[in-house]
Amino acid sequence: MTALRHTGYMTATHLRQLWRQPWWIAVTLVQPVIWLLLFGSLFEVVADIPGFGSDSYIDYLAPGIVVMTAFFSAGWSGMPVIEDLDRGVTDRLLVSPASRGALLAGRVAQNSVTIAIQSLIIVGISLLAGATFPGGLVGVAALVGVAVLLGACFGTLSIGFALSARKEETLIATLTFLQLPLSFISSTFMASSLMPDWMDTAADFNPLEWAVEAARAAALGDGGWDVVLTRCGLLAGFLALCAWFALRALERYQRSL
Amino acid sequence: MEDAIEVNELVKTYPGDVRALDGLSFSAEEGTVFGLLGPNGAGKSTAVRIVTTLARPDSGAARVAGHDVLADPAGVRSAIGVVGQRAGADREATARENLRLSGRLHGMRGLESRIDELLARFGLEDAADRIVRGFSGGMERRLDIALALTHRPRVLFLDEPTTGLDPEVRADMWQEIERLGRDEGMTVLLTTHYLEEADRLAAQLAIVDRGRVVASGSPDELKRELSGDAVQVELERPNLNGAGAAVERIDGIREVSVDGRTLRARAADGARAVPAVLAALEVHDVEVASVTVARPSLDDVYLRYAGRSFGAAEASAERTEVTR
Repeated sequence: MTALRHTGYMTATHLRQLWRQPWWIAVTLVQPVIWLLLFGSLFEVVADIPGFGSDSYIDYLAPGIVVMTAFFSAGWSGMPVIEDLDRGVTDRLLVSPASRGALLAGRVAQNSVTIAIQSLIIVGISLLAGATFPGGLVGVAALVGVAVLLGACFGTLSIGFALSARKEETLIATLTFLQLPLSFISSTFMASSLMPDWMDTAADFNPLEWAVEAARAAALGDGGWDVVLTRCGLLAGFLALCAWFALRALERYQRSL
Repeated sequence: MEDAIEVNELVKTYPGDVRALDGLSFSAEEGTVFGLLGPNGAGKSTAVRIVTTLARPDSGAARVAGHDVLADPAGVRSAIGVVGQRAGADREATARENLRLSGRLHGMRGLESRIDELLARFGLEDAADRIVRGFSGGMERRLDIALALTHRPRVLFLDEPTTGLDPEVRADMWQEIERLGRDEGMTVLLTTHYLEEADRLAAQLAIVDRGRVVASGSPDELKRELSGDAVQVELERPNLNGAGAAVERIDGIREVSVDGRTLRARAADGARAVPAVLAALEVHDVEVASVTVARPSLDDVYLRYAGRSFGAAEASAERTEVTR
């Protein structure tokens, strides 16, 4: 109970900060909007390739972009953690009765709110760009849920990296190293049936791909709810692993003192 | 009286064979200001990190407010307030929001009136709803202390509270720390590498060097152990005709030295020795410009127990820092 209440306090603290700097959400939206509009028109004809499996490329692309945005934006969760370490904020909280888990969960919860807002904005821009979201409101809600779940995974992972590396440069390098391969070994832009075999196989182990498949199944609403559920199950398992890693990283930080 | 802080044989090593604590022991009586004095790198901050449950020792034990730091860290955390060397406030929040979070994490009741009380006491009423990022160094420091006091802790830790503050702000801080010990019956553990700070604030002191306590007692006791006061006489003219020899013959006067117009000597009781010294000089027609009597300083104490001057210890700590 204490842990939950403390998570609430920490989440409120971080959300207030977001509320004071709402332009941050706009900044993180520049990249996905460019993808959406640029790739959306550049690869429009891709949908005509036999075996692509979808008639409209923008319908295919939009859920992927929502998930991808959550993935990139969650990746930065670790940056303020490093600032807190440097400034002594973390140490002050660690010598207070604050629940250890709450220190991490508060950031992840704030990040989830950010991602939900971003996702809805991207859905809106996609609609303007001509996407139809055949899955309807239920589909869009599930899409946002998947984005939030994926964001929680990579947000927690990034916080874990931050607590291990304790240097902004190292965190940025680690993230960059992870982000590009993970985004392209996925069916965000291209149907997996058209990928080389090795890439298709590699994508099966990519959490981002799990989220993209679940998000697309929900948004397209073509009855793939089993896909949504199994992929969310995989993501929940991955989240547990990330949480374990981040808590261990916090312990390791404390042991280094 | 019960000891609020008991530290027993703490040992802590860091990778690279750096022995930060090497069997550190001390105890602080409840309701007093206790000072850990030592140069940078002596192990004071490591000791504070361990007794505040932030770090774990390799061996040894410590109890704070009756709770064992290793067996019952939660008990320790709810009884202590900590002001670290680095400012610990959330810079993106206001002073009031910072205090509110701190109080809530301690599960306090009647928090809002406590917050107003603290804001008033630390002169932060006007800045209460401003974002901390815009605070001056002194304001941020005052907020740090207010944060540590939110839940009325029994033991307050101040790790180098005035390092990096300008002299005016430091003087204010000293008054505040004196008030904490005097009015609130709080136990305060203060670490410092300023001799005058320890001298002025601490009722009891432990002098730390290379991870061990080399001497402890009240500042006066420590200084009394050095034999006698320093008597310094400024002469009108550089000494010509053996004034030094004359002074040396007086009973109870030792270690006489003359350097140009300055005559220095030690006496068990400086104030009592002055008339005899002046009389001896008058007999030899030596005109005196001024006389001062000084108690031994903590610097003298440090030199005696650590075997090196404070300045040399600081310089050596900095060298270790660089090679590490």
